[in-house]
Amino acid sequence: MSATTQLRKDSDAAGAPEPGETLLELKGMRVFYGAIEALKGIDLTVAKGEIVALLGGNGAGKTTTLRTVSGMLQPRHGQVLLRGERIDGIKSHELVRFGIGHVPEGRRVFATMSVRENLEMGAYKFSAVDSADVDRVFTLFPRLAERRSQLAGTLSGGEQQMLAIGRALMGRPELLLLDEPSMGLAPLIVQQIFEIVQEINEQGTTVLLVEQNATQALALADRGYVLETGSVAMSGAAGELLADSRIRAAYLGEGAG
Amino acid sequence: MSVVESSKDTGKGTGENIASAASRLRRTAWYQQPRFTRLWAMVALGVLLALVTGEQGTTRDIFFSVKGSLTGLNLWICLAVTIGIWALREFAAEPIKSSVAAVKSTVSGPAGTVQDRLRADARLRWGLIVGGLVLALWLPSTLARTWQTVLVDQIAIFALLAIGLNVVIGWAGLLDLGFFAFFAVGAYSTAYWTGRLPVEPPVVLNNFWVIPIAVVTCLITGVLLGAPTLRLRGDYLAIVTLGFHEIIYLVAKNADGLTGGPQGARLIPDFSFSFGGIEYEWSIDPLPYWYLLVFFIVLVIVLFSRLEHSRVGRAWTAIREDEIAAAANGVDTVKFKLMAFAIGASTSGVAGVIFTSKYGYINPEVFPLLQSILILAYVIFGGMGSIPGVLMGAALLVWLPEALKDYVDPADRYMYLGALLVIMMIYRPQGIWPSRRRQRELTMAGEGVGDADAMSEPAGGKA
Repeated sequence: MSATTQLRKDSDAAGAPEPGETLLELKGMRVFYGAIEALKGIDLTVAKGEIVALLGGNGAGKTTTLRTVSGMLQPRHGQVLLRGERIDGIKSHELVRFGIGHVPEGRRVFATMSVRENLEMGAYKFSAVDSADVDRVFTLFPRLAERRSQLAGTLSGGEQQMLAIGRALMGRPELLLLDEPSMGLAPLIVQQIFEIVQEINEQGTTVLLVEQNATQALALADRGYVLETGSVAMSGAAGELLADSRIRAAYLGEGAG
Repeated sequence: MSVVESSKDTGKGTGENIASAASRLRRTAWYQQPRFTRLWAMVALGVLLALVTGEQGTTRDIFFSVKGSLTGLNLWICLAVTIGIWALREFAAEPIKSSVAAVKSTVSGPAGTVQDRLRADARLRWGLIVGGLVLALWLPSTLARTWQTVLVDQIAIFALLAIGLNVVIGWAGLLDLGFFAFFAVGAYSTAYWTGRLPVEPPVVLNNFWVIPIAVVTCLITGVLLGAPTLRLRGDYLAIVTLGFHEIIYLVAKNADGLTGGPQGARLIPDFSFSFGGIEYEWSIDPLPYWYLLVFFIVLVIVLFSRLEHSRVGRAWTAIREDEIAAAANGVDTVKFKLMAFAIGASTSGVAGVIFTSKYGYINPEVFPLLQSILILAYVIFGGMGSIPGVLMGAALLVWLPEALKDYVDPADRYMYLGALLVIMMIYRPQGIWPSRRRQRELTMAGEGVGDADAMSEPAGGKA
C-alpha cells in the first residue's frame, strides 16, 4: 500500500505518466452505435494504483468508454487490455470475474432489496458472501451500516450512490469504474463520496472515474484525459490539466483564454 | 431603477392574473362538483347494469332488448343499487371506514396481517400446508361429478400453468403472452408419441414416458424461441411471444399432414401403468386424475420454491429490478432469462400432456390466444411472484365463470370476469396474496420511487 502511495506522489511530482505497472490499456478503441461513431480511436492507460479521471462535455464519449471497458459495449476496432490481456469481446457479467467493478451511471441500486441484500448481490460472483467484505463497506460508509435493512429505493440519492459503490466493492475489484458519481448530488455529499473514493484507492483499488465536474475530479485524480467528440483531446497529470488555460476555459467555466 | 420598477409591476400583474385565473378555475357549477360527477357515473353504471342483466337480444329487432331492459322493474332495481352505493359512500363513508378497520384489526390481530403471521410462524405455515393438502385430497370426493370435472380439467390444469407462468413473469419479470403455446406443444407431443397423429412415432410410448419427452421438447422450444428474443425487453418480448402463440396455433391448424389439421387428434389414451404385476389405468373418472395433478402441482411447487430462494431466484430478482445492474454484478442475464423461460415452458408442457390424456382428443381450437391471456390474468389477479397467490388466482377465476353458469346468461360469464378484473386492478393491484417484494414495488411506485412495472425498463437509459 505504501508503494502505491509512493507511486502517486512520484507521478504528481513528475507530472508525467508514471512508470508503474499498466493495469488497463485501450488501444485505438473505436465504438459505434449503428452507423454513428461514438469513439474515434481512444488510447488510454491506467496504471496500477492510480485514479484516472475521464473528463469531457455531454456526448464526448466518457460513458461509452467506460461501458466498453466493462463489456456492456463492444469496440468495432481496437483493443481493450487488462494486465496485458485482451478483454474486449468478453461479456460484462464475466468481466466481473476478471476484477472489474462497474458502478453504472445513475446508481441503479436494486430498489426493493434492502441495503444488505444489495451488497450481497454485489458478491454474486462468489459462492458465499464474506462478512468481512460487508464489514469493510460498512466501515467505509457508516451511513449504510445504519440503514442496512432499509430498502434501497427509499435511500437518498447520495446514500444510493454510496450503496452502488459499496456493491461494486463487494466483488473485490482491482479496477473500479465509476460513472459520474456526483450526478445530481449536493456538493457536500459529492465531497464525502470523493473522499471515500480516495480512501478506497489508498486501500489498493485502481479507479477510472468519469466526471463532468472537472475541478473536483482533477483534485482527486492522479491523471486525467479530456475527451471531445469521441477522441482524446488532452491528457496529462491532474495538476497540469487543472492549470491548463484551455481546460479552464472549456470545463471550469472561466472566461475564454 | 426603471427596470426594477417595471419588473415589480409585472410581478404584481402576474400575481393578480394567477389569483383571478385560480378563482375562475375553482368556480364550478354544482353539477361539476366531484360528488355529483360521481353520482352521474353511478347512474350510468346502473343503466349499464340494467342493459347487461336485462332482456336477451334477438336477431329480429336490435332495439327489442334495449327497450326490454330499460322499461322494466330491472332498471329501477339497478339504479337503486348504484345510487344507494353512491349515497353510502358520500354520506356514511366515515363510519363504514372505521368499522372496516375494526373488523380488519380483530381478524388480523396485533401481529399484523394473516400473511405476516404466516411468514413469522413456521408451525402455523406447515399446519396450513398439511391441512390444505389433506383438504385437497379429501374434499373433491364429496363434490358432484360436474364439479370434479371442472376441478380437474380446468382448475388444476390452470393452477399448474399459473405456477409455471409465475416463474417467467413473477420472478424473472418477462412478459410472456404466448405461454399457452407450450401447452399446445405438450399436447401435440402426447398425441404424437401415443401414435395418434398422421406422422408415426418411432415407438409408441406410455403417457408417463411422454411427460419427460414433452418437458424436453418444451425446453428446446423455449430455448429456440428465447435465445433470439430474450434480448428484447418488456413490450417487445410480449409481442414476439404473442406471435409465437399464433404461429403454433396456425401450424396446428394448417399442417394437416403433421398435426391432423382442424380435425386434430382423437382417441388419445389415458395414463396407465403396469409395474410388478400391478396394473392401473386412469379413466373417465376425474378423481384419479385429480390425485395425479395434485402430485404434479406439489412437486412443481416444492421444486420452484427451492429455486426461488436459491442463487437462481436472487439472479431473477436482480434481473427484474435492473438488468444492467444485474449484469454489472456478474449475473449472466441471458442465461437466467432463458432458464426462466424454459422452466415455465416445460411446466406448461406437463400440463398439456395431462390435459390431453384426460380429455382424449385435441384440435387447434383448444389453444386459442385467449387462454394465454387468461393465465396471465390469473397470475396477476392472484399476486405475481407468490405461489399461494397464483394458485388462488387460478382457482378463483376459473371457478367463477363455471359458478355463474347457473345464474346468468352463459354468454355473459366472461363479462363478469372482466368486471372483476377491472375492479381488482383498481382497488388491489398487488393481487389476492401478493409476494412481499411485489408489494414493496407497488408501495414504492406509489411513493414515486422505483418502478412497479415488472416488465418495463427502469428509468435511467438504455444498455
